Amino acid sequence: MLVFERGREGRGLSLIPACDVELVMPEKSDKRKRALHLPELSESELCRHYTDLAKECYGVNDGFYPLGSCTMKYNPKINEDMAALPEFTEIHPLQPEHTVQGCLEVMKTAEEYLCEITGMKRMTFQPAAGAHGEFTGLLLIKAYHDSRGDKKRTKIIIPDSAHGTNPASAVMAGYSVVSIPSGEDGCVDLEKLREAAGDDVAGLMLTNPNTVGLFDKNILEITKIIHECGGQCYYDGANLNAVMGMVRPGDMGFDVIHLNLHKTFSTPHGGGGPGSGPVGCKEHLAEFLPSILVERGEKLSFVKPRNSIGEIKSFYGNFLIVVRALTYLMTLGREGVPQVSGNAVLNANYMMHKLKDCYTIAYDGVCMHEFVMSLSDLKKKSGVSAMDIAKGLLDNGIHPPTMYFPLIVDEALMVEPTETESKETLDEVIAVFKKLYKTAERDAGELHAAPVHTPVTRLDEVGAARHPVLKYEFSK
Amino acid sequence: MGSYIPGTEREQKEMLAETGFDSMEELFRHIPEEVKINGELKIPSGMTELEVREKMRRIAGRNRVFSVCFRGAGAYRHFIPSVVKSVISKENFLTAYTPYQAEISQGILQSIFEYQTMICELTGMDASNASVYDGASAVAESIAMCCERKRKKALVSGAVNPYILETVKTYCSGSGTELVIIPEKDGVTDRKALEDMIDEMTACVCVQHPNYYGNMEEAGTIGEIAHGVGAKYIMSVNPISLGVVKTPGEYGADIAVGDGQPLGLSLAFGGPYLGFMACVSKMTRKLPGRIVGQTVDKNGKTGYVLTLQAREQHIRREKASSNVCSNQALCALAAGVYLSAVGSGGLKNIAVQCMSKAHYMAKLLEEAGCTIENKGSFFHEFVTVSDMPAEKILADLEAEGILGGYPLDEYRVLWCCTEMNRKEDMDRAAHIVRRCGKC
Amino acid sequence: MELREELLYSKSHEWVKEEGDEAIIGLTDYAQSELGDLVFVNLPEEGDEISMGESFADVESVKAVSDVYAPLSGTVCGVNEELLDAPEKINEAPYEAWFVRVKDITEKEELLSAGEYQAFVESGNE
Repeated sequence: MLVFERGREGRGLSLIPACDVELVMPEKSDKRKRALHLPELSESELCRHYTDLAKECYGVNDGFYPLGSCTMKYNPKINEDMAALPEFTEIHPLQPEHTVQGCLEVMKTAEEYLCEITGMKRMTFQPAAGAHGEFTGLLLIKAYHDSRGDKKRTKIIIPDSAHGTNPASAVMAGYSVVSIPSGEDGCVDLEKLREAAGDDVAGLMLTNPNTVGLFDKNILEITKIIHECGGQCYYDGANLNAVMGMVRPGDMGFDVIHLNLHKTFSTPHGGGGPGSGPVGCKEHLAEFLPSILVERGEKLSFVKPRNSIGEIKSFYGNFLIVVRALTYLMTLGREGVPQVSGNAVLNANYMMHKLKDCYTIAYDGVCMHEFVMSLSDLKKKSGVSAMDIAKGLLDNGIHPPTMYFPLIVDEALMVEPTETESKETLDEVIAVFKKLYKTAERDAGELHAAPVHTPVTRLDEVGAARHPVLKYEFSK
Repeated sequence: MGSYIPGTEREQKEMLAETGFDSMEELFRHIPEEVKINGELKIPSGMTELEVREKMRRIAGRNRVFSVCFRGAGAYRHFIPSVVKSVISKENFLTAYTPYQAEISQGILQSIFEYQTMICELTGMDASNASVYDGASAVAESIAMCCERKRKKALVSGAVNPYILETVKTYCSGSGTELVIIPEKDGVTDRKALEDMIDEMTACVCVQHPNYYGNMEEAGTIGEIAHGVGAKYIMSVNPISLGVVKTPGEYGADIAVGDGQPLGLSLAFGGPYLGFMACVSKMTRKLPGRIVGQTVDKNGKTGYVLTLQAREQHIRREKASSNVCSNQALCALAAGVYLSAVGSGGLKNIAVQCMSKAHYMAKLLEEAGCTIENKGSFFHEFVTVSDMPAEKILADLEAEGILGGYPLDEYRVLWCCTEMNRKEDMDRAAHIVRRCGKC
Repeated sequence: MELREELLYSKSHEWVKEEGDEAIIGLTDYAQSELGDLVFVNLPEEGDEISMGESFADVESVKAVSDVYAPLSGTVCGVNEELLDAPEKINEAPYEAWFVRVKDITEKEELLSAGEYQAFVESGNE
């Protein structure tokens, strides 16, 4: 039942005292005439409504959540408590500097820790999400070339295994995209990269480990090829959970990076957001960073970078997400950070190893924090697709892996267990995966019909897109 | 220190052995030695929960919370009902991923569908997306919705919030959209200037209403001017104002955007906030980001899915008109709970109180020796100018625990009142300002 | 796979119907069945120039978007706007669901007859 269908006219909460000054209304020409339909509920009805909705959601504490490239790790409770401190939540973004020293300390400390982890010089927290960070990073690259009078660089090289945001961000930053095919091992094809590199290339966008879960061992050669043609190297931090504390993007030769605090640094996904996509860069790009930077001195203070690209949203980013990430980093410390990546990689290899006698692993070898299975053989054999297996997992109380990504693998399921899962959970899940494979061989129809134990069964997405119903229609 | 890793050392060894590795180091053996970190990271040691809590509290304690606040300028202190925090803290909402697996995500999908409905109700538009980052990026995205091959010029009012203007500049510089700023006159968009500037190449005209200075724009007329040359009309609005002020739909807007922060989100030093975007039905497929639609399942049961996805970057890649992926879903949920809690009457009451209190405060400040710059009608913000330096006025207020208005320049201050400002606090603040003028 | 003898076909799976100096373009039955249920189509506007070998429209299914290529160059003089509201017509009757009418044709790729196109598809599009 929709919230609009609950309640009765005249119900409501007692929230605000009557106005204690003379009433003023807009002039007639600016006064709202259109009726306003909002729910009218008692507080108890309201709470029951949202409790009902919460029951039909799946969070990280409901069970295994192996979404590849999404890093659905446990979201620590203390992070939430710290982000709820009134001394953070009640602070106006335009308060005088001396009254927000705590906020500046959060931003500065987070910058220092994250720069150390990534091998970058400076970092901005203004980008609200990974894609927002990509756009920002590319504008830094553009500003850098422009500042040198180098206007001929119009292209960004992106491997065909990349996230869709990469090419979309490149176009938003005014670049055209050169897509290079991956080699047979799923890594960058050096020959193809050399062919694409030239004096019209502004830069390269890369995820390492890449989206098939492999660390590209040629990384130094890759960044060298780009630098030698005058380009800049952009690191998509989506997969940092595999290597943090072990390898730093800065040491791999990257000039600018974004991180996803909502992936690697344990802040919750919120059903789609808010995230945070800080952008870090080496010294030569720092003068172009957006927003403000925090400098230490007698007091902490705001400084505008000298040749800033400007603002990419209001204020300084999703600050409360930064509070959560910093809380997490303080908990982890220098010992905890590499333990996270180590165990993330161990869990992924353990699962891959246990599944490979049954499922086809797209790229065999040692994987990093995630691995990709191809179900195309199973589909040919039984008619059961990656989608069907995913839906079968739902009936077993498990969130499916990322489906049909990366695009270079047919019938892909991309599995990222994360470090916060225990061995017994992994063993249980492995057993379910194997059981479903057997089901597929025995009775494809059962999986075509899945899920059946969920609040709704498969939904008519074609109908939804052909004749969109995007809001509730009030009668009258 | 903690790392939230359940596996004990013994289990690690077991798993390594079963997988065919001798040690944790071996898992990383294929990474070239020359890129590996030599030694330890230079960050402090990890801490226990108790220690982290103490440390963060100490840091937070270096901020000053003002109990009375007259500052807005894009971030507004409103009353937040307890039920909002209660709902958005539910971990099924808080920790869920984007609802791509619709069968186990009906709760989030339905909450977004309800949010979309409420945004359409507020703005008088036909379709809303599931949110973007904030109000400023929403304006930037809305301009991209209007640009076509033959129309690549955006006219944006100079009387919009500076963060909006700066964000739009950045986005336009990337995409190659020509941005022209319509000058302001007497605190509103200069209509004559707009008439001179607009032409057949204009993709859109964008105003903020009420604008940065709290003033009401000639919003209907500006829309007519835009439509006169076939350009789209974008209005950036404060959602609280829509309790009493005409909807963008009534003014003839094609796209309504704004920041949803006033709808139950705390000030939080600037974020996370909420960018809402809604439009007329003809432009639905140009909306960026996620959209939820209603449909039925195999058994005919009503359900909700992410729909019209082929617009988005994960499918359209370099041909997508926006790169937005993560949004502000939990903030949209908060806005939905807020609007359900206050209801239609409540929202109207809050809007009227904002406006009434701002006018009361303006009168007090006038009596205290300031001049009110706003010539016509204003909503809940207004600008004073006086011969007392803004810095002095604000310092005196600060000394008394009051966060005064936002200084626009040496002598001008942008004030804001909401339902949170009690009469006695306004009287006290005005008294301090008057005293400040006398010394 | 349904074919129409009176139509010509491109290797990128568009059909062409020549009417005097003008041509009508649509998607073949084979193309629509490969693409699955279509949910939207982006069409050019009247007066737009289209160029041989380049995309002039795209069709969306729920999880994919595919370009539709122009087998000839010319000026669009008619657009089947009915498809905007009812993209399912492309699936239901591909040879009635035309996309655009083109005039002032300046160049045209070598098009296949129905028989040749059938052989082309059956040989695995090679």
